[in-house]
Amino acid sequence: MATNTNFEWSVIGHYLTAAPILRGLVVTLELTALSMAIGIVLGVLLAVMRLSPNPLVSGLSWIYIWFFRGTPVFVQILFWNFIAALYPTIAFGLPFGGPQAAHLNLTQLITPFVAGVLALGLNEGAYMSEIVRAGILSVDEGQTEAAQSLGMTRLLTMRRIVLPQAMRVIIPPTGNETISMLKTSSLVSAIAVTELLYAAQQIYARTYQTIPLLIVASIWYLAVTTVLSIGQYYVERHFARGARASSASVLQRWWRAISDLRPLVR
Amino acid sequence: MTPMVKAEAVHKRFGRLEVLKGITLEVEPGQVMCILGPSGSGKTTFIRCINHLEKIDAGRLWVDGELVGYRQVGDKLYELPDREVARKRTEIGMVFQRFNLFGHMTALENVIEAPIRVKKVPKDEAVRAAKELLDRVGLSDKYDAYPSQLSGGQQQRVAIARALAMQPKLMLFDEPTSALDPELVGEVLDVMRGLAESGMTMVVVTHEIGFAREVGDVAVFMDGGVVVERGDPREVLVNPREERTRAFLSKVL
Repeated sequence: MATNTNFEWSVIGHYLTAAPILRGLVVTLELTALSMAIGIVLGVLLAVMRLSPNPLVSGLSWIYIWFFRGTPVFVQILFWNFIAALYPTIAFGLPFGGPQAAHLNLTQLITPFVAGVLALGLNEGAYMSEIVRAGILSVDEGQTEAAQSLGMTRLLTMRRIVLPQAMRVIIPPTGNETISMLKTSSLVSAIAVTELLYAAQQIYARTYQTIPLLIVASIWYLAVTTVLSIGQYYVERHFARGARASSASVLQRWWRAISDLRPLVR
Repeated sequence: MTPMVKAEAVHKRFGRLEVLKGITLEVEPGQVMCILGPSGSGKTTFIRCINHLEKIDAGRLWVDGELVGYRQVGDKLYELPDREVARKRTEIGMVFQRFNLFGHMTALENVIEAPIRVKKVPKDEAVRAAKELLDRVGLSDKYDAYPSQLSGGQQQRVAIARALAMQPKLMLFDEPTSALDPELVGEVLDVMRGLAESGMTMVVVTHEIGFAREVGDVAVFMDGGVVVERGDPREVLVNPREERTRAFLSKVL
């Protein structure tokens, strides 16, 4: 199978570290990092809002999640890309002809890259908020009551007591989301952001070496996913403070198993 | 003298179930009041109303002369904003049946958290006070232990130290020994006895008749959301006047 000459392994080797591919990889990493940062901050905010006793606040959060989860992210990407057609400029100031404090030219401000980050980040916020909410709900209510009985306000309780303990539940699915985001970011190739996939497409459109270049992109996606998984292990270990079960990574457990076997081999 | 706790016809309902049907009582400063009664009698709900973990539906509840959780305008009550309720709660310590220690913090971190974050006590000062409190409850070798590494009795003693770190005027205990193995009950009761002797005002929901008789200044027997009988523990718990009190005591003794 792998010896099929159509794979053109030499072509793959040539383009794997080619400058356009590496530049695309950097854009993909930027897209992923920025979108996830927006998604996580927004997710925490929306989750805390959703659990607020104030019906207006929790309602707003519900509507946000309903909207952004209910429309395809691909449509959202296209929408943000064309928003400048809808509102070419935005002015901040007093209404009804008052003085203008700022004047934004959306056509210049919303580049395809910005449109991509906005679309992916705002969409991710809706999904992250449900993950964060699940984490918050997993923390025993007694923790909140104990904090409140010590005179901590609701926000302080959330920040110091509930969220740190919710992290154990929040991190694994967030790792999933990050890896998913890495791959979903390839959708912005549709609005001509030169990320990893689009960089590969630009090359094979010229050379017709479609399969080898798709493999080049896949190799990089796999490599980054591997690095992210390792990072997730260390983040998880950090937030396992005070937990009963020790957490050894799969690699560490393999290494221990192999070390145990060694006397037998000798 | 202003009573430390004053309850006047306190009513509380959960949906259609009326849990408190008009509780009226007073706790004087320095007094230890023990509340006893069968499960479902409303004693835990009442003690949670005192620091506004539960809202009340009717009546009035004062701690040290101030309404708890509410502001009165005319004869109407308005709930106070979160920040105001939180400020009032710093004066009221609470110990829970299931300890509720912060699982991601060591014993010492549990005790210094609220003084540093709420009272803005400098860290070194908070640590010194916390170590003193942990020494006082007999845990001088457990500063850096996480709750999961402590026995139930040790956890409850940390919880008592954590509440005391805020220097409360009043301590509430909600069945503090009910979740403990029998051999660990004594160490927690000893700490509570010491606290009572130091002059702390305490309201204790408990099933420990012996503790109530020895340490309590007042015993209150509750059943079905009302106070059935109250008085000197050596009277109420030895020669109860009411039939319901007698029936309960014959079951638990």
